[in-house]
Amino acid sequence: MAGNSEGGAGMDPMHQFEVHPIIELPALAGIDTSFTNSSLWMTLAVGLSGLFMLMASSRTALVPGRLQLMGEMAYGFVANMIKENVGTEGMRFFPFIFSLFMFILFCNMLGMLPYSFTVTSHLIVTFALAAVVFCMVTAVGFIRHGIGFLKLFVPSGIPVVMVPLLVLIEVISYLTRPVSLSVRLFGNMMAGHTMLKIFGGFVVGLSSAGLVPLAIAPFALMVALTGLELLIAGLQAYVFTILTCIYLNEAIHMDH
Amino acid sequence: MEAEVGKYIGAGIACIALAGAGIGIGTIFGNFLSGALRNPSAAQSQFPNLLLGFALAEATGLFGLIIALILLFVV
Repeated sequence: MAGNSEGGAGMDPMHQFEVHPIIELPALAGIDTSFTNSSLWMTLAVGLSGLFMLMASSRTALVPGRLQLMGEMAYGFVANMIKENVGTEGMRFFPFIFSLFMFILFCNMLGMLPYSFTVTSHLIVTFALAAVVFCMVTAVGFIRHGIGFLKLFVPSGIPVVMVPLLVLIEVISYLTRPVSLSVRLFGNMMAGHTMLKIFGGFVVGLSSAGLVPLAIAPFALMVALTGLELLIAGLQAYVFTILTCIYLNEAIHMDH
Repeated sequence: MEAEVGKYIGAGIACIALAGAGIGIGTIFGNFLSGALRNPSAAQSQFPNLLLGFALAEATGLFGLIIALILLFVV
């Protein structure tokens, strides 16, 4: 919901997704290293989530205060998710999965602030996250099972004639995982924020045209949609994390 | 017909994918509700699965959106 000074019908719902440099830096080996608004909000997400967990765990008491309770809830939420979906062996991956969850959650939530920038509404960011998950899961599978990990692609209990076809389908479905994982987060964030911006444009356009009573309906919808977007921001962070857990479970236990 | 026109028509057609996502999400929530009304005590434990199914069904619709975006901005 980044700000746009033009206002009225001239508002561009895609303007909020523009990346522009804040501090210009020289290019390194042909790669633009400027500190952009995307970098700023990413840094903020990392900083704030780190600060939140530090403050929550600095003064621990037997009867937790509000902040400590929130920190413990976040910890317990992710720890439960891993235990239920991967088992106790999965707790070795807790630091990775917890930081993944907190980063996506903070990026999504910070994106809901007016005039902010939603880092996760860019496909390259979500794809990088999904690619890390995909590479890690594949590496874990090969390290634990060696070449036997390839058996994941051969479903058991099917006629021999069907094996080549099903292996092909399994391989394709395995390889589309990073795509579907990243596109889900990116699509939800981008579509949601575009929708908010369009309805916001209705409110501004109608009221600046002197039709304030008419603007009440899109304004009410806007309030409801903002609530829905907050829900989706949390839900998508949860879905990304739980799918990571499910993929990890498959790589560790290979139960098909 | 000009190629530009074809792009917009294609982008519009790609949005039909949302119908499938709508059917999928409706099926998931409808079935969850009917199951939850029959056995409310088991409903809470299946809530994560509900959200997971919702997210998976929704993603298929978003692939259509991606195709629309590719047609509009990349092709």
